[in-house]
Amino acid sequence: MSKANLLDRRQVVSTLLANRKDVVAIGGLGASTNDMCAAGDHARNFYLWGGMGGAAMIGLGLALAQPKLPVLVITGDGEMLMGLGSLATIGLQQPSNLSIAVLDNEAYGETGGQTSHTSAAADLVGVARACGIADARAISTMAEVEAFARAVHDVAAGPRFANVKIDSASVERILPSRDGTYIVNRIRGDLGFQPI
Amino acid sequence: MHARTDAADTAPNWPDDIFATLERFDVRQVPYVPDAGHSKLIQRVLASSTMRGIPLTTEEEGVALLAGAWTGGQRGVLLMQSSGVGNCINMLSLIPILRFPFLTLVTMRGEWGEFNPWQVPMGSTTQGVFELSGVRVLRASNAAEVPAVLEAAAAQAYNALTPTAVLLSQRLIGAKVFTK
Repeated sequence: MSKANLLDRRQVVSTLLANRKDVVAIGGLGASTNDMCAAGDHARNFYLWGGMGGAAMIGLGLALAQPKLPVLVITGDGEMLMGLGSLATIGLQQPSNLSIAVLDNEAYGETGGQTSHTSAAADLVGVARACGIADARAISTMAEVEAFARAVHDVAAGPRFANVKIDSASVERILPSRDGTYIVNRIRGDLGFQPI
Repeated sequence: MHARTDAADTAPNWPDDIFATLERFDVRQVPYVPDAGHSKLIQRVLASSTMRGIPLTTEEEGVALLAGAWTGGQRGVLLMQSSGVGNCINMLSLIPILRFPFLTLVTMRGEWGEFNPWQVPMGSTTQGVFELSGVRVLRASNAAEVPAVLEAAAAQAYNALTPTAVLLSQRLIGAKVFTK
């Protein structure tokens, strides 16, 4: 299934997070959350192990609560497809500090590589743009990934969306914490919030 | 989702009681799927300078939104109709896993003089779905008990992290009447 010139998912995610500064990053259920951990565990990493379809909405809630912080959702094509309506919700709210990067391998990689809707018909960039996310990019080069990574820090110009075509090669499993309460409270602590 | 029209002098006051409680508990994000029974509360939220009303395309978006809001330091409340509760089921698993304060206010259909049979199956299972999903259920059946029920629900949701749904009964909001 691997096609020429597709990007390496680990290289894409490590580039998105290389100069992250104060970015809060949310990893969608599946390989995306592992990619985030592989790029280096961080107190502001929100790893999802469930709630498929919810990553972008968690990003919206965080972005509205912390409008000065860059919030970056990194998720897969299958997870994004399950929450497609959230692009309409985000398009309506226009959170200027929210960015979404979809790692699109056109497949459900965690469940046996079954093809997803993006392999033939669904155009996520078109959907995002049609939902009112004007800055919606189809990315196929690392230079474009680097440009998007820089744009994430501009908290006045979003929301922005990128669909990054990646290869479907399996990579080493690097697993983050599965303790959701720990993950949330670690982010809250880093943002300066006390336990209840 | 048909509009229910109320003359100004007969509009119910209990939505104002709900709004006042939410304000007092510093609720900031109010995701909703519109329902006629919530229309006055939604108007108050959209006119508020401290709360942000966030229309959803489907109710489970609101569960995930509240998880993000809490991670970023804000409280929220999800407004929906009983038929939307079923849409939320898998996303409700975020609540015990992430342990964030969860309060939802649900206008009931499918009970008390219901006209539309299609509302009855989900309306009949709303309370059971919540309880199986680990969400405690409180109910308000008349306007007089709304303030106390809301106070209790908000207190246990935000202070004790007890996931809570308030069912606003069809008897309270009034059974919908279709006229030609």
